[in-house]
Amino acid sequence: MTDPTRPDPDALLASIRRSEARDVRGRLKVFFGMAPGVGKTYAMLEAARKAHAEGMDVVVALVETHGREETQRLLEGLPVVPRKVIAYHGTQLGELDLEAVLARRPRLVVVDELAHTNAAGSRHVKRWQDVEELLAAGIDVFTTLNVQHLESRADTVRQITGVAVRETIPDSMIEAADEIQLVDLTPAQLRERLNEGKVYMGDRAAAAADNFFKASNLTALRELALRLTAERVDKQLRELREDRQVSAIWRSGERLLVAVGSSPFSTRLIRWTRRMAYALDAPWIAVNVETTTALAPEERKILEENLALARELNAEIIVVPDRDVAGTLVRIAQQHNVSQIVIGKSRRSPVLDFLCGGSLADRLIRRSGQIDVYVVPAGPRTARSRWGEWTVTSASQPREYVTALLTVLGMTMAGLAVQGWTGYTAISLFYLTAVVLLGLFVGQGPILLASTLSALAWNFLFIPPIFTFRIDKLEDGLMFGIFFVIALVTGRLTGRLRAQERDQRQREQRATALYQLTRAIAAARSADEVLRNAAARVQELFGARLAIFTADPAQPGRLLLHPAATYVANEKEQGVATWAFRNHKAAGRFTDTLPAAEGFYLPLLAGENCVGAMGVKPPAEGTLPAGQRGLLESFATQIALALDRERLRATEAAARISQESEKLHRTLLDGVSHELKTPLTVIASAAENLPDGPLVAEVRTATQRLQRLVNNLLDMTRLESGTLRLRRDWCDPADLINAARDATADAWRGRTVRTELPAGLPLVRADAGLIQQALANLIHNACVHTPPAAAITLSAGADEAAHQIWMAVADNGPGLRVEQQGRLFEKFFRGDPGRAGGLGLGLSIARGFAEAHGGRVEADNQPGGGARFTLFLPLERPATVPPE
Amino acid sequence: MNPAPFQPEVLVVDDEVQIRRLLRVTLEGAGFRVRDAENGELGLVEAATKRPDAIILDLGLPGLPGIEVLRQLREWSRLPVLILSVRGQEADKIEALDAGADDYLSKPFGGGELLARLRAMLRRVQTREEESVASFGDVEIDFARRVVTKAGVNVKLTPKEYGLLRLLVLHRGRVITHRQILRELWGPKAEEQTQYLRVYMAHLRQKLEDDPNQPKFFRTESGIGYRFGE
Repeated sequence: MTDPTRPDPDALLASIRRSEARDVRGRLKVFFGMAPGVGKTYAMLEAARKAHAEGMDVVVALVETHGREETQRLLEGLPVVPRKVIAYHGTQLGELDLEAVLARRPRLVVVDELAHTNAAGSRHVKRWQDVEELLAAGIDVFTTLNVQHLESRADTVRQITGVAVRETIPDSMIEAADEIQLVDLTPAQLRERLNEGKVYMGDRAAAAADNFFKASNLTALRELALRLTAERVDKQLRELREDRQVSAIWRSGERLLVAVGSSPFSTRLIRWTRRMAYALDAPWIAVNVETTTALAPEERKILEENLALARELNAEIIVVPDRDVAGTLVRIAQQHNVSQIVIGKSRRSPVLDFLCGGSLADRLIRRSGQIDVYVVPAGPRTARSRWGEWTVTSASQPREYVTALLTVLGMTMAGLAVQGWTGYTAISLFYLTAVVLLGLFVGQGPILLASTLSALAWNFLFIPPIFTFRIDKLEDGLMFGIFFVIALVTGRLTGRLRAQERDQRQREQRATALYQLTRAIAAARSADEVLRNAAARVQELFGARLAIFTADPAQPGRLLLHPAATYVANEKEQGVATWAFRNHKAAGRFTDTLPAAEGFYLPLLAGENCVGAMGVKPPAEGTLPAGQRGLLESFATQIALALDRERLRATEAAARISQESEKLHRTLLDGVSHELKTPLTVIASAAENLPDGPLVAEVRTATQRLQRLVNNLLDMTRLESGTLRLRRDWCDPADLINAARDATADAWRGRTVRTELPAGLPLVRADAGLIQQALANLIHNACVHTPPAAAITLSAGADEAAHQIWMAVADNGPGLRVEQQGRLFEKFFRGDPGRAGGLGLGLSIARGFAEAHGGRVEADNQPGGGARFTLFLPLERPATVPPE
Repeated sequence: MNPAPFQPEVLVVDDEVQIRRLLRVTLEGAGFRVRDAENGELGLVEAATKRPDAIILDLGLPGLPGIEVLRQLREWSRLPVLILSVRGQEADKIEALDAGADDYLSKPFGGGELLARLRAMLRRVQTREEESVASFGDVEIDFARRVVTKAGVNVKLTPKEYGLLRLLVLHRGRVITHRQILRELWGPKAEEQTQYLRVYMAHLRQKLEDDPNQPKFFRTESGIGYRFGE
């Protein structure tokens, strides 16, 4: 089935995309090292100096010299863009001045420390985002990076050094780098430099620094850096092979799937999978199976963080609700042709696993078939008491506690009233009923309170000896214990049911919202209506206000605020929207780009085409949960698609109208043309058959004049109606001139007509009929406006430098008068009003036909006397003629 | 007694009664017998039943368009067909020529030109047999030996130049469209590559015409094709 020599079309396409992306984007070169102090900045500046010496437009936007003299010296002579000073908590921070660099547009910019976090108030949160924008603007960037700052390696580095890394950059950044230069030093050399005080430690305590720079740590870090560089070389080699199409190896076709949960340990799992996917050059999917168990808020937060991390690391995210985790994972794996599944090692007790039909790994392995399953051990167990789940699962209102308290109080009263008839044991059932009912209305905290209170109240008020917490009889004690357990469990169960129901409702709401929006958009008859409907929906569903911007058709890259907006975005907010629009990325509040904005801005993307931006202004402070954000993104996609559809529909309608009007015009023109020409044909042909005589000659001349007039009028009409269709073909200019000369033989009969055509004239791509007519008009014009004895010269030539080819009609008559020259080509302009006949259309038709070809007609007087009309046409190169 | 002179019969298909009358007068004056039909359907019936020697067909017919009449006719007949059309409808003319018309004439036309075209068409039909030698001006072509001489001097032609020359000379007096030549010499994929033709035609004129800039034999039909004639 497979031919090993056949290049994989996907791989080919990817390699084309890579080279295309390279063409427009700036090139990124990363100077990469294992730790601070290996000399990355030094190497980078040396390279920049070299580029500068070669005449490249290099600018230093930001370099941290840390007071090192040799580095400082390298900076001398390089142009520098001053830092932007940002006041921050009383101190002045110098940050990269992105706007200034973008405005300056150098060929290459030097930006140190890629992983830096910008001071609040900068456009982006992270410096790598600044660099990303510079690259997108087509500017090359030199930058530096230590291995510990790589997102996927941060975990490993923490394990090695015990130092948590806060500033990380996504791996995709370094993957997208065009070049990585490893700046390497042996651990011994680095420690030597450290001892000489040549390594900047920042504000880190000396002891911590010393710990970080332990020889064992450095060796491990160095290995990490070297391995990463080696992996990249390997990958580049593979890409090169694809480029050259010599690939004898088939791509592995691997695809990884990682199961992501709400455990903080999942981060490790995600990074592990990411590393593996990179090494295998395989795509990967992060799957979260939403089981029916309700998640505690902090668990939900962790889950969202995990999914965000996976998304940032370029995973495809799939979230499915299902109770059967193993079955769902296998099903998704099969649907997506996954070859390897990665899961975390269970931390549940073996007994519990056994009761549940085996651990997740066991169940997965039983059903996975051909798919490999990796079980990655968890990190150290994080202390998380089960008790905690009881207390904080849902944020209960104080009101609910009061309700619980009052219910227990009421039950106690009722119990006191009826105990004479029922006895004290039945009272426990009263309490139980109350707790179960409470569970339907209040959260888990109040339930816990009610269970405890009712157990205590029952014991204190009803179980003998009353008014004490003491229990004398064994059966009473047992009953008290069992009551307490039942109250707790039922309370928790109902509470959980309620939480599930709430979750379900939320999910349903989300689906309904999307459905309603889709329906509202589908029902809209115009783009305006689409936007108005969408704005109303967003207001209704999120309680948020919406601003929609559409791409300005007149000015590419600019936005217009649509009147359907429910809030007016000021200039600053519009700037954020424009950023989102231009960069095809979300921006503003809740994002890392311009987070100080009031609104959250999403680009309206219809496939590759960005049709505008959408701003959402939430009613109050707060975060944007992943579900909400996903829903907004779906909204944006729906709106974008609807807008794009409307745009296409409008274009199509316009095209249809113009097509219809063109058809009508053509029919009319053809009809008129036919009606005028038929009688003319009869007259002309009949006159030719008559025996020669003075009157017959007059009839023939009159017929010719009438024919010319009709042709001119029809030509003019075709030109003005815009229905002129060029049938372009490669033509020999000599042929065109000869044909025009032959066609006007009646007009120039009796004169001298010379043709001066150099050999080897280039071909011209033109509608032969129209250009021939234009030339004929020029010749005719020359005959009419010169005395009968004047000679006419036809010539042609090519002006390679100006990319044009010219054909000229010159005479040795009186020439043009200055006052005529500007108006010659106007419609109905007649050079010599005293002369009888002629409408003054010929020249303006000639110009019209030339302009339809992207050319022009010029008139001037020759140095030796006489007028000259020159028709210029653009010079194109035909495809070469194959040799025989 | 001399046999009655050969009087070819011409079928005129045109919807304009004035044009039909004009053509009848012109043609009968030149010794042709004339039949006419006012629309395409009738024209096809006449052509099938009366078997004329040539057909003059107007492209702008109401009802069944001229080009359709031509296509249906060509399904069963090789009768010479002269197309009448108006100036500016080059695309229609090319379509008709490619569909098998033998020649075309633009309205308004002169009677002399019409008769010349008609006679050339009929002559070609009568002399169908393959010529082995042809000559024009001081050029002689020996098709059997593939030798071309000008004023007695051997002219070296490349295979494509020779192919082009042969094609044009064999269709002497008749217009051949760009597409027909390109398909014949370069194959169907090259039908749009008119620049090939321009280049080779320039070579041919350079080698065989007395004044290549004022060609006498290899004439350009602007926007349509070439016609070889003396």
